[in-house]
Amino acid sequence: MTALAQTGYVAGRHLRFFIRQPWFVVMALIQPVIWLLLFGALFKSVAQIPGFTSAATYLDYLVPGVLVMTALFGCGWSGMSIIEDIDRSIVDRFLTTPIHRSAIIVGLNVYELVALLIQAVIIGGLAWLLGAKFEGGILGYGALTVCAMLVGATVAAFSDAMALILRQRESVIGINTMLTMPLTFLSAAFMPLALVPDWIATAARFNPVNWAVEAGREALTASPDWSMIVPRVVALAVLAILTTAWATRTFRAYQKGI
Amino acid sequence: MQRDHTGVIEAEGLVKTYPGGVTALDGISLSVRGGTIFALLGPNGAGKSTTVKVLTTLSRPDSGTAVVAGHDVLRNPDRVRRSIGVVAQKAAVDPSATGRENLRLQGRIHGMAGRRLESRIAELLEQFGLPDAADRIVQGWSGGMQRKLDVAMGLVHRPSVLFLDEPSTGLDPEARATLWAEISRLAADEGLTIFLTTHYLDEADRLASRLAIVDRGRIVAEGAPEALKAELRGDAINVVVGSADAGPDAARVLERIEGLGAPTLDGTLVSARADHAATTVPAVLSALDAAGVAVAAITVARPSLDDVYLRHTGRAFRAAALEVNA
Repeated sequence: MTALAQTGYVAGRHLRFFIRQPWFVVMALIQPVIWLLLFGALFKSVAQIPGFTSAATYLDYLVPGVLVMTALFGCGWSGMSIIEDIDRSIVDRFLTTPIHRSAIIVGLNVYELVALLIQAVIIGGLAWLLGAKFEGGILGYGALTVCAMLVGATVAAFSDAMALILRQRESVIGINTMLTMPLTFLSAAFMPLALVPDWIATAARFNPVNWAVEAGREALTASPDWSMIVPRVVALAVLAILTTAWATRTFRAYQKGI
Repeated sequence: MQRDHTGVIEAEGLVKTYPGGVTALDGISLSVRGGTIFALLGPNGAGKSTTVKVLTTLSRPDSGTAVVAGHDVLRNPDRVRRSIGVVAQKAAVDPSATGRENLRLQGRIHGMAGRRLESRIAELLEQFGLPDAADRIVQGWSGGMQRKLDVAMGLVHRPSVLFLDEPSTGLDPEARATLWAEISRLAADEGLTIFLTTHYLDEADRLASRLAIVDRGRIVAEGAPEALKAELRGDAINVVVGSADAGPDAARVLERIEGLGAPTLDGTLVSARADHAATTVPAVLSALDAAGVAVAAITVARPSLDDVYLRHTGRAFRAAALEVNA
């Protein structure tokens, strides 16, 4: 119970910071919109390639990719907040109080996920205005958002852990670029796997980003196959829990080095 | 306020080596009585901050034990954390939050809430002279004000032991004086046990009822400031010679003078203690003159903590600080 309350306090602290930086808010809102418009225009003719069989419109096809990519890129920066708190001795202050270690990590990641949720609403709304059909309705879009948030939680926890272990901005930036780009493009985010080389299709099967994209995309169809969606969501949830638990443990590694 | 006069902090044989082989603590043992101010004095890198980190459960020692406020730091860290307030070397305040929000988060982490928390926050803001700034973002506050908030955050939950790691570093003289007054008041009026580290001799002298001098991870002297100074018999005669080359010659001359203790040499400064400085100074001057050593200056000083430090470490305090910083 106290851990839960403490998580809320930590999340509140980060959310307050977010709201007080108008520039931050604007950036967080604009970035996925740019991706949606840019990729929408860039890949429009993909839908004409023989073998492209899915989704009502290319926009319907694209939205899960853009949302999951937003989760990856947004939450991947989570570790930067940890680094800033390390530099300001705020992490050390927390560690000398009876706060649950998990509350520090989960509180930060709850904030990341709230920001992601807002982005999901904006992406969905804009895509709908641009003509996406979303045959799966609100439920389908909700399932897609859950998939994206689970990816976000995993990446955020991973980023936090890296920050606590390596304690350098550069390491978080490096991990971000090294990881997010391949994970995004080794998936069906922007191109059906039927149209990509075999090795990419094979890699995609083990890529959690792809699980999220495919499950989210399935949920958006007129009659989703839930037996395909549920196992992927469960796998993503397990991954999110494991990385969060691991990130919580990295405080030990951090404390060894100080 | 209840006072406990047994050891509120007891450390025994603390050893800590960092990855890379740097020995930060090389067997630190100390004892601090309840309701007193204890100062750990030493140059940067001597092991002060590491000692604080171990006592505040932030860092684990390689060996040794420590009990703080009745709880073992290794076996019961959460109990220790409930009883202590910690003010780190760098102001650990959230610059994007207001002063009140900083205090509120700290209180909530310690399980405080509602009216009890809000009135405690108001009380602390008043006590540290911050009520006007309370609802402004900390980013724009002066260093001195941030430091006060930092200390206030360490006190929200009414700890029984307060750790202050170099509390006045970077403060202007006025802010330092205010902080000193507040620290003294906390120990005297609220019965708080305060463990502070400093590399300012005057700070330790002014605030602490007991102090320990730490050098290269070891405690080289411990006691009340007055007792440590009294241990040094008589006054210090400090001779500054014209060049560093002449230092060893001057030291040899001083060694042979009756009524003078063993001289210490630090660059161009040769110091020795005299039972009767008034009669010894002329003897020193004539002996140096006879030996052909040019004297640039000679002073006589009552014992200070500088002298205590010099005697126990064999180095002048400033020199040790420079050596570590270099």
